Amino acid sequence: MLSGLTAPDVMAQTYPIESFRDFRSRMIEVRGQREIIRKNRGTDIAVDARKRRNVLNRIAREDMAVWVGHTMLRRAHTETAFRERIVAFWADHFTAIGKRGLIRRATSPYIEDAIRPFIAGRFEDLLVHAATHPLMVDYLDQRLSTGPNSERAQAAGNNRKIGLNENLARELLELHTLGVDGPYTQQDVTELAELLTGLTFDVQNGMKYQKRLAEPGAETVLGVTYSETASLKTVHTALKDLARHPATARHIATKLAVHFGHDTPDPDLIDAVETAFIDNDGALLPVYEALLSHPSVWSPDLSNIKPPIDFMSSALRALAVPPMAFADRKERWTRRLFMEPLFDMGQRWELPGGPDGWPEEDAAWITPQGIALRVSWAMGAPRRLMDPLPDPRDFVDHALGRFADEPVRFAAAAAETRPEAIGLVLMSPAFQRR
Amino acid sequence: MSPSVSRRSFLARTGLIGCSLAASPLLTPVSFAAAPWDTRLVVIILRGGMDGLDVVRPYGDPAFRALRGDMSPGPEGGALDLDGRFALHPGLASLMPMWNAGQLGFVHAVSTPYRDKRSHFDGQDLLEAGTTSLNGARDGWLNRVLQVMPGVTSQTAYALGRSDMRLVQGSAEIANWSPNADLGISPQAVRLLEVVTERDPALHAALSEAQILSQVDDGDAEKLKGEHLEIASFAAARLSEDARIAAFSLNGWDTHAGQDRDIERALTRLADTLVMLRGKMRGDTWGKTAVIAMTEFGRTARPNGTRGTDHGTGGLMILAGGAIKGGRVYGQWPGLGDGDLYQERDLMPTGDVRAHAAWVMRGLTGLDRAALEGAVFPGLDMGYDPGLLL
Repeated sequence: MLSGLTAPDVMAQTYPIESFRDFRSRMIEVRGQREIIRKNRGTDIAVDARKRRNVLNRIAREDMAVWVGHTMLRRAHTETAFRERIVAFWADHFTAIGKRGLIRRATSPYIEDAIRPFIAGRFEDLLVHAATHPLMVDYLDQRLSTGPNSERAQAAGNNRKIGLNENLARELLELHTLGVDGPYTQQDVTELAELLTGLTFDVQNGMKYQKRLAEPGAETVLGVTYSETASLKTVHTALKDLARHPATARHIATKLAVHFGHDTPDPDLIDAVETAFIDNDGALLPVYEALLSHPSVWSPDLSNIKPPIDFMSSALRALAVPPMAFADRKERWTRRLFMEPLFDMGQRWELPGGPDGWPEEDAAWITPQGIALRVSWAMGAPRRLMDPLPDPRDFVDHALGRFADEPVRFAAAAAETRPEAIGLVLMSPAFQRR
Repeated sequence: MSPSVSRRSFLARTGLIGCSLAASPLLTPVSFAAAPWDTRLVVIILRGGMDGLDVVRPYGDPAFRALRGDMSPGPEGGALDLDGRFALHPGLASLMPMWNAGQLGFVHAVSTPYRDKRSHFDGQDLLEAGTTSLNGARDGWLNRVLQVMPGVTSQTAYALGRSDMRLVQGSAEIANWSPNADLGISPQAVRLLEVVTERDPALHAALSEAQILSQVDDGDAEKLKGEHLEIASFAAARLSEDARIAAFSLNGWDTHAGQDRDIERALTRLADTLVMLRGKMRGDTWGKTAVIAMTEFGRTARPNGTRGTDHGTGGLMILAGGAIKGGRVYGQWPGLGDGDLYQERDLMPTGDVRAHAAWVMRGLTGLDRAALEGAVFPGLDMGYDPGLLL
């Protein structure tokens, strides 16, 4: 199950998603048009530039729909299903969303660059790549965070709009590493925020360290005093220390146990994963090994409800929807078939409500509206993806395996139409839960 | 062997229901313990930044005409005079009976504490968070109202429509419903769904409730035109029974160009929504209701070059319902003359929308000032009582 993680990433090659580096060149182009518009207000030049900018925006929107399809196809056709699940887990752990303009479409490219290549390495490398990525820097307001005594602040004099922003520092401690119950204080947040000053990005060059923004002096975070030298290296050192903190091991172990186990996980499972994390210096393969070899993960009882995206992609997998079904589709098709229903089910594509990502607890997904929309999708979408649909009586066994029970067999055979029968199988608890 | 469907199947139940959630055995009796308050609150978020100066036009202010040119004319150009100072946009003409009955009022020149960057995203976040700065709470102020109110159940408050509103996010349970979530499948499929999910109580309960909510009797034989009307109708039906609070959004207020046309459309939707709410509420429910409609910011005092307006600051709050003391325009008018505008471009905010919302809730629910200024709107100074309720 885990050996696939170190094998070549066939799905990423087969169903490509743009890297953030390439996405950034789109941002550069849009910025160029914006400059032209600004300098030529009221002229035809500005009108043309506005048109070009709108085209660039539209193309990015359309390409994003392609990446939605490719994400679904990767999940539907992979031979290493765990890779797709663990990528989604870490992408959620390191939730980042572009704030305004084109970068709002950059989440998939961010995941492709900062998460996916590092899932089988050490947690600290994952942390460093995610936390310093331009998308995270933008999302958590690090971009303009400026040391109160930095060169930049001194130069600005009394301009009050310049100053420290704690957002990234706080979420690093609260969400990415120690956890909200972790042993940190406001003082640690402030010092970490000061230590992070200088970390920024610009559209032209991507991630960047600007000494002018950095707060002078050494900062002390969780009792460790870091180098006075304002540099990216100091930032990395601090992040790696956070990654190796025992509270981080506990926090990550708990999150993994909840996600792959149950809303109230077996304490022994958390302990086992935590131990693996500590004993292996955050190397993730042994952590996954500990997780997946624990008996409570394989308990015969179905537990967590699948979040909407997982429900959809597992339906595609069970139906073996061919990749051709996605070929040459317009953006609108993807929106109608996937993005709008996901929104209605409560999981708007790549737009969780905050940096804490999607909820884990079943109660967040099992709402009347959410479940009603699952029914509509389960009965309506498959026939738009493949024709003919499989025989429902065979599909029961194929989709549910040993979890196929008498009620669902009865329903699959008794439904009035084939799409309804398929939908009933997809709505069975055995399919909705895992 | 075919599974028995003779138990209390939800088909049978929903066949009987149609009119009342109370008939559902899935909802425990405690769900229907009446809240200790009997008033109703409807919160409407007007997304996009409503141009308050166009909706309630200060035609009595001598500087207004000079600022607006031929946009936003007063009564001479078709607006409906309200009080000799202000005139209503004709798009809200259907609300004049409410105004005349004292069931429609306005608060002018109000805003959230949000200033200067004029971003929809941040402006709406702050409006819904109800905090003083963006780094405040992650939950919404309406959810925090429920957190401090006694007797709240999962059916006390409804968030309607499919947009996820920060306003209602938080630890208190809120029912969500969207008109497009109607099941709309064959009775046979419904029956079989019941069979398939019978061994999963949580899924089963959610499906049953979905089925029931699909059939809440709002008295509409045919389908209503427009999500806003379906939402208003649904809200009226629920508020006529056990629900106490409903919240939803109306979009379409970002009128950067061709405002005459676009704002008319948005105003018509708003007016139709309010008329539907009043019309569909049963008994004396409307008499116990306060509707507050609020937006993230107002718009520039002057039109821009494309017969529209850009993002501004001071805006307008709309109040409706039988519980409010309407028929008047509240708020401290800052004037529009030289030096009166905020940063020489926007209507100067002279009041905080949160304070007015807080006074409405204080009047409706008896929630004390400490809770409103602490838990619900942390850091707010409610100031004096503007007397918005009867």
